[in-house]
Amino acid sequence: MNKVSVYGKGLTKSYGKTEALKSVSFSVEKGEIFGFIGPDGAGKTTLFRLLTTLLLPDSGAASIEGLDVVKDYRRLRQILGYMPGRFSLYQDLSVEENLRFFAGIFKVSISDNYHLIADIYEQIAPFAKRRAGKLSGGMKQKLALSCALIHKPEVLILDEPTTGVDAVSRREFWEMLIRLKQSGITILVATPYMDEAILCDRVALIQHGTIMATGSPADIIQTYPHKLFRIKSQNTLQLLRIMRQMPELKSAEMFGEYIHIGSSPNKMNESDIAAFLNQNNIRQFDLEPMEAGIEDCFMHLMKQQSST
Amino acid sequence: MKRFVIKEFLHIFRDIRSMVILFGMPIAQVLLFGFAITNEVKDVRISVIDQSNDQHSLALTQKLYASGYFIDGEDIPSVTLIEEGFRKGVTKMVVVIGPGFASKLATGEKPPVQLIADASDPNTASLITTYASGIISDYSRGLMPGKGLPVISAEPRMLYNPSLKSVYMFVPGIITILLMLVSAMMTSISIAREKELGTMEVLLVSPLKPVEIVAGKVMPYVVLSFINAVTILVLSYFVFDMPVNGSVLLLLAESVLFILLALSLGILISTISNSQQTAMMLSMFALMLPTILLSGFIFPIENMPDVLQWISLIMPPRWFIVIVKSIMLKGTGIAFFWKETLILVAMTVVFLAASVKKFNIRLA
Amino acid sequence: MQTSEYAIEAHGLVKKFGNFVANDHLTFDVKKGEIFGFLGANGAGKTTAMKILCGLLLPTSGKIKVAGFDVYTQTNLIKKHIGYMSQKFSLYEDLSIEENFRFYGGIYGLSRKQIAERTSTMLKKLDIEPLRKSLISSLPLGIRQKLAFSVAIIHSPGIVFLDEPTGGVDPITRRQFWEMIYEASEQGITVFVTTHYMDEAEYCNRVSIMVDGRIEALGTPGELKKKFDATDMNQVFLKLARKAG
Repeated sequence: MNKVSVYGKGLTKSYGKTEALKSVSFSVEKGEIFGFIGPDGAGKTTLFRLLTTLLLPDSGAASIEGLDVVKDYRRLRQILGYMPGRFSLYQDLSVEENLRFFAGIFKVSISDNYHLIADIYEQIAPFAKRRAGKLSGGMKQKLALSCALIHKPEVLILDEPTTGVDAVSRREFWEMLIRLKQSGITILVATPYMDEAILCDRVALIQHGTIMATGSPADIIQTYPHKLFRIKSQNTLQLLRIMRQMPELKSAEMFGEYIHIGSSPNKMNESDIAAFLNQNNIRQFDLEPMEAGIEDCFMHLMKQQSST
Repeated sequence: MKRFVIKEFLHIFRDIRSMVILFGMPIAQVLLFGFAITNEVKDVRISVIDQSNDQHSLALTQKLYASGYFIDGEDIPSVTLIEEGFRKGVTKMVVVIGPGFASKLATGEKPPVQLIADASDPNTASLITTYASGIISDYSRGLMPGKGLPVISAEPRMLYNPSLKSVYMFVPGIITILLMLVSAMMTSISIAREKELGTMEVLLVSPLKPVEIVAGKVMPYVVLSFINAVTILVLSYFVFDMPVNGSVLLLLAESVLFILLALSLGILISTISNSQQTAMMLSMFALMLPTILLSGFIFPIENMPDVLQWISLIMPPRWFIVIVKSIMLKGTGIAFFWKETLILVAMTVVFLAASVKKFNIRLA
Repeated sequence: MQTSEYAIEAHGLVKKFGNFVANDHLTFDVKKGEIFGFLGANGAGKTTAMKILCGLLLPTSGKIKVAGFDVYTQTNLIKKHIGYMSQKFSLYEDLSIEENFRFYGGIYGLSRKQIAERTSTMLKKLDIEPLRKSLISSLPLGIRQKLAFSVAIIHSPGIVFLDEPTGGVDPITRRQFWEMIYEASEQGITVFVTTHYMDEAEYCNRVSIMVDGRIEALGTPGELKKKFDATDMNQVFLKLARKAG
């Protein structure tokens, strides 16, 4: 087992009556990309603010690289790189001025760690004189990452870095993270996109302030208990209404033009489903068995959570 | 630190709107107060009821009319008709010279001269009575040089504003208001802006100490406010011939003290406001209005009800205005206002300590 | 008045800002009752085109009809016949559900009775009748989003424009939301979704993908996936963008 870099135990935080985090525990190994996957309001940002020493937990403890987030906040702030959810650079300063400022507040010069950001920063270097507010979403994100890295942090904490950016920029961003990982930085990333889970080494699925599952994406998919099919026909809504009436069914969820249906293993096979559809006058459909994805798992866990 | 200050200046210089406000406002304010809103008395209709009709009472009457401030209003034959005169608006003030004016003067008895003003416009009323009493005491002094005859005691302010120019009274007030506004409002807004845009999160997570963040925010505004103060002084000196009778150096030093005080108030405001809008509202209502209303800038403190007089004691501008007036108009030195200075120093220390302490090292 | 089978007809829509061409000859039709996805990266020109279709902005040239009305001369009529919902702004958080419905119903000239009826129907459908007097700020995000959509169609518009409607919501709520959209479409309401989230695209009947002001692809998600040899819309988009870059 690798050395633990970030560690949280029983973290709880409430805002008034709202419980944002309910006894959250996890550990992240040194040098891994760890994803917190969950929708808005799941508690991701609160968790990250506890870890970045911006908020104090009501109870529980957390440490990063052996430093306690409450007691050792001053030393901890030296080794953290943090990108908050909103774009948080100075829009009225140029690309260059932003970078210089953030190097300045960490008391390093840009050249000290330039090698770390070189391949990210070079993509925006042609716009060095442009105001940050005038950059496109993807470029803003690269600049923010450069600024978060300029002091060579040991742990990088990214709160929804890919929200609101287009698919191409998202892809590029993840490629950058995977390269960064090779320089030994531990990366914690929060995201509402289920499809980004597979890019992480390990993930925690988080909802309503609790972690529903932790593990590598493959491990989590392993735990999915149902047998899964996907099916499509002309009229998705009609198909969905009919499928929901099939008694042996465990779940029926839309996935774009498809519907994923889950059943207990060995309870049902393709011909059963086809027969049921024929009974209901649906003749034209595509039906095939499939592997579950993280999103199937997430919905399954959510239903378990709400039923307990 | 250096980076921080550079960054702060960049913000300011890139925001053209605030730049205009920052440097345009002092100029506009001084010119506005200097030219447009003059409280100067000119050609006010007054009436004289002379019950003596002797050589001195006639001379005094003549002196009043010769001053250029007053012109002959409608003749009011009797004291009982004064009110009617005011109601008709034919006169603003009635000067009643009692019987036996010259003879009482000769015997050393204090001859009464009543000044009855239409106080429906209190500002004008108080001004013209002040002016008139000035002229009267001037006259009495002329009669017996060296002895000073207290016919009517003159407003002390008059003594130091012999040409009775209202701009002299306003400049100290304007300097105070502008320093307060620029320093407190601008810092509180600029800190609130970082919170609003989320950049404060990044600053807090960095190893910067609260003191460094506060100092970095404040420094540029010290400089700007100082430039502002100098601008106003230079402007009032050249455009309105406003004198600085005392030490310029002392004046500037006291200004820096007051700027620091205002800045620490600004930081204090920012610690309790999360958006630029709240910061702006708070600065407006918590700082600006009291500065204007309770500092003695426009409304004399002596005329306020006791409660307000007490409140005005904790208004920093009140003390600063006294200091500025003393240096500029009276030309006195620190010996005469060390008490006020000390009060400002104490306030600065308290607010600065409170704001650095209250400045959160975390969110919320 | 509305004789055409199309809810939106755009032929050669051009919008220029100075020298910058935000929309370069966009041509597309949206059938009545269709769920049409209008996709593209940030800055590709989606928002500009949507503003034109909503009657908020005049095009530079092109023949455009929305709900049968001309975007040059009949913008007031267009506004009466469309609904709008965006992720950023939808409901007033400091008003209750009922008050929001009343306000928006009032804007579109519904009578008190109509508003009351529709409010009841919608709350029943969402199964949140007891929350009628709750402030929006006290409700979970998922419910808010469904309410926002209900409000956007309170006046039974011919077309409803949705701007990135489901970003950030949990997967179950998202599906409930899309079910509502499907139901609206079943009732004949045309749904126009602008988004840069490719997974929202998978739910649309047809999509267009904009790159740099031009429509580079148009078709059903299935057709486009086949055409670009991709497993999902995300890949379609990546391939298109790479071609352009």
